[in-house]
Amino acid sequence: MTAKNTTPDSPSRDATSLIPLPTNIARITTITGAALTILSTFLAWTWTTAFPGNLTVTGYPGGLQTITLTGGILTLLHALTTYRPRGLRWLTPAGTTAPTLLLALGTLATTWYTLGAISNQLGGLANLEPGGHIAALATLLTLAGALALPADRPYDDHGGTTPPTLWNRFRHTLTTNRPPRPKELPTWAEILIIAAAFATGLYAFTYGIDTEYGELFVGYLILACFTIAALGRAGLTTRLSHLTAKHRNIALAAAFTAAACFPLTQTNDTYTNLAASILIFATVALGLNVVVGLAGLLDLGYVAFLGVGAYAAALVSGSPESALGVHFPFWAAVLTGIGASLVFGVLIGAPTLRLRGDYLAIVTLGFGEIFRITMLNLNGTTGPDVTNGSMGIPNIPDLEILGFKFGKTHDILGVPIGRFGNYYLLMLLATAVVVLVFRRAAESRIGRAWVAIREDETAATAMGINAFRLKLLAFALGAALAGLAGTVQAHVITTTTPDSYQFAGTVPPNSAFLLAAVILGGMGTISGPVIGAALLYLIPNKMEFMQDYQLLLFGLALVLLMRFRPEGMVADRRKQLEFHETDQLAVPEPRLPEGAVGVTKAEA
Amino acid sequence: MTTSPTTTPAPDGTHPVLHATGVTMRFGGLTAVRSVDLAVHPREIVGLIGPNGAGKTTFFNCLTGLYTPTEGTVTYRDTVLPPKPHLVTQAGIARTFQNIRLFANMTVLENVLVGRHTRTKEGLFSALLRGPGFKKAERESTRRAMELLDFTGLADKADHLSRNLPYGEQRKLEIARALASDPGLLLLDEPTAGMNPQETRATEALVRAIRDQGIAVLVIEHDMRFIFNLCDRVAVLVQGEKLTEGTSDAVQADERVIAAYLGTPFEGAPGQEELAEVEAAEAQADARADLTEDTP
Ligand SMILES: Nc1ncnc2c1ncn2[C@@H]1O[C@H](COP(=O)(O)OP(=O)(O)O)[C@@H](O)[C@H]1O
Ligand SMILES: [Mg+2]
Repeated sequence: MTAKNTTPDSPSRDATSLIPLPTNIARITTITGAALTILSTFLAWTWTTAFPGNLTVTGYPGGLQTITLTGGILTLLHALTTYRPRGLRWLTPAGTTAPTLLLALGTLATTWYTLGAISNQLGGLANLEPGGHIAALATLLTLAGALALPADRPYDDHGGTTPPTLWNRFRHTLTTNRPPRPKELPTWAEILIIAAAFATGLYAFTYGIDTEYGELFVGYLILACFTIAALGRAGLTTRLSHLTAKHRNIALAAAFTAAACFPLTQTNDTYTNLAASILIFATVALGLNVVVGLAGLLDLGYVAFLGVGAYAAALVSGSPESALGVHFPFWAAVLTGIGASLVFGVLIGAPTLRLRGDYLAIVTLGFGEIFRITMLNLNGTTGPDVTNGSMGIPNIPDLEILGFKFGKTHDILGVPIGRFGNYYLLMLLATAVVVLVFRRAAESRIGRAWVAIREDETAATAMGINAFRLKLLAFALGAALAGLAGTVQAHVITTTTPDSYQFAGTVPPNSAFLLAAVILGGMGTISGPVIGAALLYLIPNKMEFMQDYQLLLFGLALVLLMRFRPEGMVADRRKQLEFHETDQLAVPEPRLPEGAVGVTKAEA
Repeated sequence: MTTSPTTTPAPDGTHPVLHATGVTMRFGGLTAVRSVDLAVHPREIVGLIGPNGAGKTTFFNCLTGLYTPTEGTVTYRDTVLPPKPHLVTQAGIARTFQNIRLFANMTVLENVLVGRHTRTKEGLFSALLRGPGFKKAERESTRRAMELLDFTGLADKADHLSRNLPYGEQRKLEIARALASDPGLLLLDEPTAGMNPQETRATEALVRAIRDQGIAVLVIEHDMRFIFNLCDRVAVLVQGEKLTEGTSDAVQADERVIAAYLGTPFEGAPGQEELAEVEAAEAQADARADLTEDTP
């Protein structure tokens, strides 16, 4: 039964917008709603400062109101682009309705979340001031207007397979066309765009890290998610990734410069500590990406390599509690950490890498636990005294490299950089090394062999690849990179305990979170695991008030993401290639006549 | 057990490229290949035909080290091959698969570059340091790969993902990828399966061009026109045993071959007593259709 029969009286042009209103009225409604939303953030939303962020002031926005304000401004900007004005066209190369609708949704969600949080925390809707009511209604109005905007492309029911039900039409409204090829810009302009994009990214990210209470972070996260989706629908993400692909080294340099600027934006060490931990986590995730993303080996015990590196560094750090009691200079400690992890990686890899798929996962899971339990038992009573057992190795002294004391505060460009800031910058250096190693390994004969093994191990061996040796190489390289991160980590956390290196737990880094960071972020990419790691570290850290539900929400997020975006947040270069190819295929190719399929002779 | 392989010189006195002696492959109670001898001489195209389930693919897997033959030896240019696929490829035998096994998410060019693996040396450190040697080797590999893509007519699709290629081109890409290892012998497992007549003729020309480059070819195919047009010699495999071997004309005229294809029982047919057994196994294999083809 076709869709048309079920809704015979709906005229076909109706299918292009969800609320039947003339386009002009829809635009004006959206713009009015967005303007009112902006206005409402200057009013008081509640009467008491008991709710964090002081939402009681009439005259300027505070706390969560600034999030709504940002959402309102972005929505207004996009609603204005529906008129296709000259100056704003670059904002929405792919389409205008979907981004407007997404931003309207995001603003509504974050505003209503705020109002809900106020009523919940203060005990009832009565705690809302008129400003709050206006905000609620204004965001609703914006959404209604956005829903009445005509879709960016005509509704296609795919030959009746997707009947124009409300839900299908809503989902359709959220899609846009492929952005047209951009105008050629001079190189300096393109580089400037990249720089601006990374600066904006740094600002947004810094804002997220600096959020002082959980509610603000949730509001921020809601709006950030919708904004990122909107930017994607508008075609800006595609454009930017074209640019970064064109100027890869410049983009990489810009990303590292932005990251290096982070400590300069901070006035104290509270959030640089967080950022340093994120960086450690992200670097280890990148190392795991060699193993999982390139070679396709599911390693569930990867955090053990971080532990080996950290323990090795702790033992030679000159800590008074270290069983060795030696104090290596940092470069030697790094080599020790990398070497120990490498040896451990080869020892574990050699017997296990003959297994495939699930078996390998199970065995690595086991070895990961063996590491932790061994560290627990080398305590002098159940084994030789090496690691102090569950007490761990405490009092790892701060580093000193070429006279630069990491424990002290230094002034850089007039900004004091504290202990964690110093380690953050050191860790950034380690991250750069890992990124470089990852990229160079991936784009070589070795990297291609890894991907070939991941794609089809049998075919890879038939092409002359010694699968076992290359898998061992991937395992060893991954282990060495984690070991490198571990040597820095030991100094940052000052105490290495066995329990920081387990399979699963509520705080990263642990093997499960590392794997999640790689898969959620995007396997085989560089930015994917970094973004994945940042989110997976920040979310539990900022939402401590949801402690009890953390793992539940985490699981839910995993399921949703894998359902709607199985390739992860950042798609592999090869996924981009697919888009690229569809462009090419738009040109008719000289092919043999279609339909002349020939007899299938294969018995399979 | 087999005796040490005796390399029988070809009529013109050259030694065979490939020499399989007494190759037997048993899967539990089922003997898929039974004591097969086969030689391929330089610049020869040899056909291997036989009904479905005759053991042709299994025989290929034995030659290339994907299976370790239960009995028998395979020699390539007078050296005995170890049953390790990567060593076999390194020695100089390349192959394609009956059910296409490209690296689906790699580009066409990358697929061919993977084929160059054994002919290049650059290790991890060379890749990390990116010295002039590395860059030169990469350039050279890419040049050779593009040459092969030109040869197979895929050059303009070098940047496409291999899984997005049409079927016929995927088969061509498998050939290009196999050629990238500079083989002395190419094994093709049903290279025209699923192709239309024009594509089949084009493949025929391609195989001939490969032979003209001095590469010997052993090809499994069901398309008799393809086989008899192309092959210098044809071997017939029936129920795991080599029924006969000879020139195209001789094999075409052989009544036993016709009978084997049409299914009429004939006198002295090999393995009659196993027929029921094979059929039962095949019924089982059908149930697990794609698993039984090439996967060891
Ligand atoms: N790995 C295996 N395990 C068990 N039986 C197999 C295996 N591979 C092939 N066979 C069996 O060996 C026989 C020959 O198969 P195959 O070599 O694929 O035939 P052909 O390629 O000539 O059509 C079939 O009966 C098949 O079921
Ligand atoms: Mg076969």
